[in-house]
This record gives sequence, structure tokens and C-alpha cells, in this order.
Amino acid sequence: MGRMRTPVALLLPFLLLAGCASSSTWGWYVVNPMTPAGWTNLKFLMNGMGATILISLIAAAISIGLGLVVALPGLSHRRWLRILNRIYVEFVRSIPLLPMLFWVFYGLPLVFRAMGLNIPIDPFWGAIITLAISDSAFTAEIYRAGIQSIAKGQTEAAQTIGLNYVQTMRHVILPQAIRRILPPLANQFIYIVKMSAFASVIGMQELTRRANELVVTEYRPLEIYSFLILEYLVLVLVISAGVRWLERRMGADERG
Amino acid sequence: MIGVNKWFGDFHVLKDIELTVRAGERVVICGPSGSGKSTVVRCINRLEAHETGLIRVDGIELTDDARSVAAIRSEVGMVFQQFNLFPHLTVLENLMLGPMKARGLSRADAEARARRYLDRVRIPEQADKRPGRLSGGQQQRVAIARSLCMEPKVMLFDEPTSALDPEMISEVLDVMVELAEDGMTMVVVTHEMGFARKVADKMVFMDAGEIVETGPPETFFANPSSERCRTFLGQILHH
Ligand SMILES: Nc1ncnc2c1ncn2[C@@H]1O[C@H](COP(=O)(O)OP(=O)(O)O)[C@@H](O)[C@H]1O
Ligand SMILES: [Mg+2]
Repeated sequence: MGRMRTPVALLLPFLLLAGCASSSTWGWYVVNPMTPAGWTNLKFLMNGMGATILISLIAAAISIGLGLVVALPGLSHRRWLRILNRIYVEFVRSIPLLPMLFWVFYGLPLVFRAMGLNIPIDPFWGAIITLAISDSAFTAEIYRAGIQSIAKGQTEAAQTIGLNYVQTMRHVILPQAIRRILPPLANQFIYIVKMSAFASVIGMQELTRRANELVVTEYRPLEIYSFLILEYLVLVLVISAGVRWLERRMGADERG
Repeated sequence: MIGVNKWFGDFHVLKDIELTVRAGERVVICGPSGSGKSTVVRCINRLEAHETGLIRVDGIELTDDARSVAAIRSEVGMVFQQFNLFPHLTVLENLMLGPMKARGLSRADAEARARRYLDRVRIPEQADKRPGRLSGGQQQRVAIARSLCMEPKVMLFDEPTSALDPEMISEVLDVMVELAEDGMTMVVVTHEMGFARKVADKMVFMDAGEIVETGPPETFFANPSSERCRTFLGQILHH
């Protein structure tokens, strides 16, 4: 019961708003599933869910791989590798998402063309590349902290039984680090889901873009944007629940 | 080890260490805390790098070359004070990891070998538990078995019983005595002088980064030649 309290509390404002459906200042009819027009609008809005989820998932997957590649030099005993890691992390972290999105979508194809490559970048991949790179700086820091928190003794024990660097990471350090890394990594995934809304400005048909388009035709910004926020809220709550489930399973694994 | 020196920054932690360990020999190193005993042992398998001097194991010289490090580590097993078992793996998996990944053994062969050494340290029934569920003494015996699974020629022990409750010390020492009786070459850092008397061929006393005294246990305990060693032995034997 206790675990249900938070989501219910969070949904409460929306239930209250929905209760005002009959009042004249509210125009909930735009998304009323009981009417054919409302149902059509609702489907139009929710059809952006697939794109939002897909962009976020692919971007997160790339970021999780890229973050590890960026983090490992930061843990090296070689100074120049650590410097390389710092430069990447500080540089990427300091670029706001929207300018980076514009640069990738409008600028990067020109860079490719100058290099004699013809690689078009559509809104879908433009959004994914931007989100993945932007997020990778944070993921890299999460990995670094997680790996550093595993005792030095674990690495030494792995070395004394003859494991090389890759084997030590793969079989000893990462399986332990992942338990500490997972919660902050999940927060990053939530961050990606929210930031994917920026993809709307380069024409990606995701949740926010569709809400914008419907507002233009229906003139009901309050109801439509409220519904939009509700959509993100549900998405994030589902992700949080999934992460908690995963954590519990891994915790059980550890104790076994 | 010939003329080995090592510094941590400005701190001269090892001073001209000369130490020869013959095949089958058991060497026990003792000395006050901070005297450099761990560092000596850790230099032998390159957990620490020495700055000058020569370290040779079974004819292989230890250098910066990754191949020499790998070759030496494959002949040298190590047991730590804090066990350093892998908490996310079962006891059996802890033992199988090295043989499978570093030696390329098949799963079946690695498991057979792991069970053989678990028998040898007398905890075959704990194979499927995680290390966190075992007592300290059991964990240390698993750590010994994990090293033995790599079939090393030399075993290094760095205060293997110092982190244990008193009632568990003997179960670990018994396993080590058996290992000595089977002819394993051992370098043991310990303050357990009963164990030292029983198995040591050679005693080494270290203080402030130097080897102050070496000798067979009979003369070492009966009449140590240096004052520092006498004081030290006086302290630990009367506790
Ligand atoms: N990584 C390190 N960096 C700096 N000083 C160290 C490090 N490891 C050990 N020392 C110092 O070197 C000395 C010898 O340490 P150690 O070999 O662990 O001694 P022992 O095992 O005899 O207690 C100690 O004074 C210790 O503080
Ligand atoms: Mg020590």
C-alpha cells in the first residue's frame, strides 16, 4: 500500500483538473475519448509515445556503451588518458542540449559533405545522436564513480589469478559496479526521456511535437499540455517502477 | 630478489632487499607493522613495482614488460589479509574463474579442479554459497583454494590470519601446514610464531624497510643476533 502512495499523490492534481471537465473554462472535450473527435485527438497525441520511447531507448543504449568507453581512460594510471577523459566530459557537459541539437541536425551534414560523405541526418537520428552524446558525459562519470568504489583489492585479486584488464573488468569489476551504477543510470534514462521533447523542434513526430500541432488546430493549450505532462509522468513512473524491480532482483542475487 | 629498492614518493620503503627462496622452501617474514613486509611480497607479483634491483622468479626476470608480469603471475599465487573474494560469484565460480579465463580450461575441467581444491581446504559443502555467507576462516580457505586452482609454484601469504577471529585462525593455519608438508614453496608474512616454528625453513625479520636478520628458525628464535629482533620477538611471544 505504502508504495502506491507516491504515484497516487502525483496523479491527484490531474484527477482534480479532470473533474473540472464540465466547467466552461475547461475544454477537456478535445481529449474526451467518449466523443469521436476527442478520441481521434487522443490517438493522435498518444501515437507520439512510440517515437519518444524509441528515441530514448536507442539514445540510452548508445550512451551506456559510449559512457563506458569514455570512463575507462579516466581510470587509467596514464595521465594523458585521464586528461582525454576530462576534456570530453567537461566539453560535452557544458553544451546546452538545444544548440547541440541544432548543430547536429543542421551542421553535421555539412561537415560530412565537406569530407566528401553523403550522410543525411533525419530528425530521428539527429535527436538520438544529440541525446546520446550529451548523456554520455554523465554516464561516463557514473561509471567512473561506480568502478572506483569497487575495492582495489578486487582488482589485485583478479590480477593474481592471471586475469588481464578486459577479463578483470568484464568478470570482476563491472558485475559489481553495475549494482551501484544502476540507480543513477536509471535517473539518466529519465533525463533522456524528458530531453527527447527537444526533438520536436527539428520536426520529430514525438509526444511534444504532436501536442504542439494539436494546440495550433484546437486552440486548447491548457488541456493539451496538461495531457502531455501526464503522458511524460506515466512514462517516468513506469521506468522508475521497472528500475526498482531490477534493483530488487539484483539485490536478491547478491545475497543468494 | 637482489638489491631491491622502492620508494613511495620520498619515502624509502624498501632498502636493498636481498632474499632468495629456493624451490620447496618455506620462508616466514615478520617484523613490526609498517616495516615493508607487505610491500616485499607485493613486489614479487608486481602489485607494486620496484625501482631498482632485480626480482627473478623461476628464471624469469620481472620487468615492465607485460609478458614477464603475466608469466610470473602465472607461477605465483597470493592470499591477502582481507581475502578479496569476489562477492558476486559463488565459491565454486570464484575458483573456476581463473582456470577458465586465464588458463582456457573447459567449464567441466575447471569445475573438477575447483572441487578438488575445495576438498583439500575441507569445505566442499560450501561450493554453491556466496562468500558473504561464510565465516572468515572459511573465506580465507576459499581464497587459498582459489590460488591453488591456478597451480602456482610459489604461494605468497600476506598476514592471512590477521583479519580472523582467534577461534578461526587454526583452521586456516592447518591448511597452510598441510600445504607446506606437500612441498609447496611458500613466502608467509605472519606473526603466528607457532606456525613459523613448525614449517619455516628460513625466518626473515624486517624493520624500517630493511632485512635486519635472516636465519633458520632454531637460531632465529633461540638467540637472535640483533637487538631490534630480540625486542620484537620478546613483544610478540609474550602476548
Ligand atoms: N601505496 C602506498 N603509498 C604510500 N605509502 C605506502 C603505500 N603502501 C604502503 N606504504 C607505506 O609503506 C610502509 C610499508 O608498508 P607495508 O609494506 O604495508 O608494511 P607492513 O606490511 O610491514 O606493515 C608503511 O609505512 C606504509 O605506510
Ligand atoms: Mg602488511
